[in-house]
Amino acid sequence: MDFRTYLSRHLVRLDGGMGTLLQAAGLSAGELPERRSVTHPETVTAIHREYLAAGCDVITANTFGASLLRFSKDELSEVIGAAILCAKNAIREAGREGTAFVALDVGPSGRLLRPLGDLDFEEAVALFSATVREGVRHGADLILIETMNDCYETKAALLAAKESCDLPVLVTNAYGEDEKLLTGATPEAMAAMLEALGADAIGANCSLGPEALAGVARRLVAATSLPVIVQPNAGLPRTEGGRTVYDVDEATFAATLSEMLSFGVRGLGGCCGTTPAYIAALTEATRDAVPLPLTEVRDTVLSSYTHAVTLGPRPRLIGERINPTGKKRFREALLSHDIDYLLAEAVREEEAGAEILDVNVGLPEIDEVALLTEAVTEIQAVTALPLCIDTASPAAMEAALRRYNGKPLLNSVNGKRESLASVLPLAKKYGAAVIALTLDEDGIPATAEGRFAIAERILAAAESYGIPRRDVIFDTLTLTVSADNTAPRTTLSAMEMIRTRLGCHTSLGVSNVSFGLPARDTVNSVFFGMALERGLSAAIMNPHSPEMMKTYRAYLALSGLDESCAEYLAAAESFAPPAAPAAPTAPVPAAPQDTAEGESALGRAIRKGLRHEAAALTEGLLSEREPLSVIRCEIVPALNRVGEAFEAGRAYLPTLLVSAEAASAALEVIKGRLLKNGAPPAMRGPFVLATVRGDIHDIGKNIVRLLLESYGFRVIDLGRDVAPEDVLAAVLRHKAPLCGLSALMTTTVPAMGETVALLRREAPFCHVTVGGAVLTQSTAEAMGAHHYAPDAMDGVRYAESVCK
Amino acid sequence: MTPALAKSYSPPPTRVREVLRYARSGEGDAAALALLPAVIGEAEPHLSYRVAYRESPVRVAGDTVELLGLSVTSHRLATALAPCRRALLFAATVGTALDRLIARYARLAPSRALLLSALGTERVEALCDLFCRETAAEYGTPLPRLSPGYGDLPLSLQRELLPLLDAERHLGITLSPSLLMSPTKSVTAFVGILD
Repeated sequence: MDFRTYLSRHLVRLDGGMGTLLQAAGLSAGELPERRSVTHPETVTAIHREYLAAGCDVITANTFGASLLRFSKDELSEVIGAAILCAKNAIREAGREGTAFVALDVGPSGRLLRPLGDLDFEEAVALFSATVREGVRHGADLILIETMNDCYETKAALLAAKESCDLPVLVTNAYGEDEKLLTGATPEAMAAMLEALGADAIGANCSLGPEALAGVARRLVAATSLPVIVQPNAGLPRTEGGRTVYDVDEATFAATLSEMLSFGVRGLGGCCGTTPAYIAALTEATRDAVPLPLTEVRDTVLSSYTHAVTLGPRPRLIGERINPTGKKRFREALLSHDIDYLLAEAVREEEAGAEILDVNVGLPEIDEVALLTEAVTEIQAVTALPLCIDTASPAAMEAALRRYNGKPLLNSVNGKRESLASVLPLAKKYGAAVIALTLDEDGIPATAEGRFAIAERILAAAESYGIPRRDVIFDTLTLTVSADNTAPRTTLSAMEMIRTRLGCHTSLGVSNVSFGLPARDTVNSVFFGMALERGLSAAIMNPHSPEMMKTYRAYLALSGLDESCAEYLAAAESFAPPAAPAAPTAPVPAAPQDTAEGESALGRAIRKGLRHEAAALTEGLLSEREPLSVIRCEIVPALNRVGEAFEAGRAYLPTLLVSAEAASAALEVIKGRLLKNGAPPAMRGPFVLATVRGDIHDIGKNIVRLLLESYGFRVIDLGRDVAPEDVLAAVLRHKAPLCGLSALMTTTVPAMGETVALLRREAPFCHVTVGGAVLTQSTAEAMGAHHYAPDAMDGVRYAESVCK
Repeated sequence: MTPALAKSYSPPPTRVREVLRYARSGEGDAAALALLPAVIGEAEPHLSYRVAYRESPVRVAGDTVELLGLSVTSHRLATALAPCRRALLFAATVGTALDRLIARYARLAPSRALLLSALGTERVEALCDLFCRETAAEYGTPLPRLSPGYGDLPLSLQRELLPLLDAERHLGITLSPSLLMSPTKSVTAFVGILD
């Protein structure tokens, strides 16, 4: 019987700890345990034999840390080969062929993935692939990915396993006392992602004892259709007279763990501190146990690296603002690669109440594959909301889906043969739920029945690719009411038919309905209310529209989805009509009392770091003055006063930063105005900024960037951990007269020296300035930099001296 | 040999003066003082306070210190541990969630990122102090702690210390090739124990 069949029919008993037993057999501190399979195969085989004798069905090969980060290619093959051979020999010697299975054990890489760490996602996939391929080559029966405490690394490992073999893959994560991974993911988030990516079983291991893991186990069983495995520690370790003891004994371990069968757990075993005696007790306690049947999960769930979002019964809001259609400023941001503009929009949408963010960066002039991938990864670095990857390009879809951390929504597939054939396999492979538009080669059917027929066809196609029905969300297409006043009814009828007859969830881009009409928010919000009442599960909408948000809150209250109207009451506080915007000719408000002598209202707002006030005042000033005069006569002098106070030691860094942030808010208003007038703003520079290779501390660099931007420099920020070649490429591409490099750690100063030398040699026109905690004037001179900036203000002064 | 032990702590009291110092700010900085309550309020639910540690006999001969199977040559460490027969090695962290929060603001509001980062530094230092005061004190009288990267105690020692503490499993601490720890607000240190 193969393992998949076994898993579907039986309770599975896995083994317990290996490390402790190897230590008892002489493994020394600092020695890699995987080498023991080569040097002491008889010890390793004997441990497996003991577990088999204790009643295990699955024994875990001694390959937990076997990766190319710890072993050369040849030795990796050797240790994995030896480990699997030990396990197979044990099974043969025990006469358990066909009833016991060998798992290739895959533990964490020991490195943290970007953006928080420095290991690239594809590098991680490559590392795990190398391990899995060796395991397969040497005859493992299944892959056990375990003790993972990061959602993204778990995805890399599972994707690697699925791409490298057809063996069953079990995935268990290390949850803490708060029932989350150390990097924040809940059991529901992990279940959604892992099931969608094609794991054969999921679960929890390590970190806690059996009682403490029971809560996680229950949540996993409720959240997945897959078998759930639990391999706890023998409780918590403590030292007793120089000896380590775990606080849960064999009998308690077995009793607590076997109780989990009653709520649907199907795989049991142990982790740290457990021994064959624990597993023997477990086998005894579960001797006649029959596992509960698997239950199919029906919910449509999306996830990020922290949490899951379920569609229905509560309808969900998908923010539509990250999209260039009809937005000049957004187009400009995409064309000038101003990712921060997108990030700020993402955070604003989240603050406004969006629960999922649609991300669309499609413009004919840009490389959408690269930009969409970058946008998705960068947005995931600033918000934990699940994303809806929105593109017409299958190549961009694949690149972005691959890098997404969690289970995304994919926007979209449609009834055209070409779309079904290119999009559905991607949704299946990368574990996405997909929005399906009810149109095909003949366009959008005029009738609800026509759209329903396309939906049925799309659903059949999706199921043929193995995508569950719950992961197909239909969009019956909102058309413009001003062009055809029966169109909204058709859309809603088709939506209701799909919801009731197919049982699938639905989504609509609500705002399309009002094109060409005045007071669009009024039309949109009423249409939104109509759609909600007929079963809409998610709306792609503008969360900044007060009318839409009011409709949503009121709908939740009226439909019994808002207990005691609590959410409505909380939201209603912000329903008060916004203060009428200042008339364009309104005089600038009188200077408040704390205005310094000769200081304008805008100057005061900048000095005091009042972002919103600075933006509003700038808006007012632009009605009577030239944008450039506002910069020159108001913003720069105000910032200069704070800068001088900082240089003189009269102001501290936080004061300088809040002023620069207010100045940036004012400049953003001016930029928007210039774009509206068709004249892109002229800026000084550009200044290329980077934190050098190997360094991920970038607060200093971001401070320099903020100040430079508030002084009117164009900054090309390459981010952190940037290779010397990439800095050079950016300097050459932009013919940058200035380049700033930062490093915080002594260990990354050599990389900075290398970058400076490369720039001096290959881009002699560029002035290089360096800064960072460990640098001094003399180290900067020694590495050949043009300038050493002891603080951010000094960097600005230097930039001004270069770009006069 | 005994494995590393792990422990969670309740939040130690925040020392505002220290936070301001790490933010390169003074007590009179109105901007920092205005932002700080909101920064602390936002960070609090994202912080965890965890320590992994291990006790070991110590042998000091000249500038060479032997403990936990390691042989470390460092005048600073040898001096610090010379009076002790035993020492603790520990790693402390306030977790990854704070790094995410700092990353969120690093690009959108650097003033907030600066204060969050300063708060994180203060929090992990306070955690180390708490560990020494409470847990290390159970073993005897703890001496001042010493971390890799200070004086002649090499930073490269992190490569050996973190696995000894099983720091990835217990705390989620990983090390980059350039020896940076993630979560960034993490500390490893030796503490000598006087009997």
